[in-house]
Amino acid sequence: MEPVEYLKAFLVGGSICAAVQILMDRTKLMPGRIMVMLVITGSVLGFLGIYEPFAKWAGAGATVPLLGFGNTLWKGVRDAVDEEGALGIFKGGLTAGSAGIAAALLFGYLASLIFRPKMKD
Amino acid sequence: MEVRKDQYNAYVTAVTPVHSVAKNTMYAFLSGGIVCTLGEFVMEYLKGRGAEEQAAGVWTLLLLIFVSVVLTGLNIFQKIARVCGAGVLVPITGFANSVASPALEYKAEGQVFGIGCRIFAIAGPVILYGTLASGALGTLYWLGTVMGL
Repeated sequence: MEPVEYLKAFLVGGSICAAVQILMDRTKLMPGRIMVMLVITGSVLGFLGIYEPFAKWAGAGATVPLLGFGNTLWKGVRDAVDEEGALGIFKGGLTAGSAGIAAALLFGYLASLIFRPKMKD
Repeated sequence: MEVRKDQYNAYVTAVTPVHSVAKNTMYAFLSGGIVCTLGEFVMEYLKGRGAEEQAAGVWTLLLLIFVSVVLTGLNIFQKIARVCGAGVLVPITGFANSVASPALEYKAEGQVFGIGCRIFAIAGPVILYGTLASGALGTLYWLGTVMGL
């Protein structure tokens, strides 16, 4: 419960978002492409051994952005390869990412039943 | 025709909202920072209640996803995103919104071709390329372990 942990989460998370905002303003990339890029980048940074120590230090500032999801997929594959060899290449990623994917699908589906689509204003 | 084109261009310039890059960046920084600080707060709370580090992290993401989906259903997320931009699109909140929003918007087209197909409009590419990247890197890693690196 150290105040500095919150400060780190705020500054790191805010900086990642600000950097992507600049990229979006400069390139007019659509959010879908941005999200794909973030997940791939997170996986690559994980593979290079950068994201794990970074996330240990920055906490939610590193795990809440989608980069963290990419890192989670990579970590899942790495751990599964360590345990099961080549089979882990196929099992690890989706297993590690399952909670986030399933939650988005379940809540998203329920929301589509409960709420009514609004006109854009 | 030339005159009309000029008039049209002037009109487009007049009605296109002017986005100041500095302002957008500041809003993205503040809102993104707030979302991550909220995440940190939930994570610390759960760890304080005895949750394991990894479980606390996953529960935090689930809560952020839940809140984002509800705000999407209430048409509030879209309004926040218009101001905050990447500040709410880059965190997991943007992923949750990208799943709920098209599912809701296209529900009139039916369970399978409306909700079922559209729910993956952005989640699909994210899952595909995330799986592809981690699978490709995992293959390299596996080759490394096989060759005893």
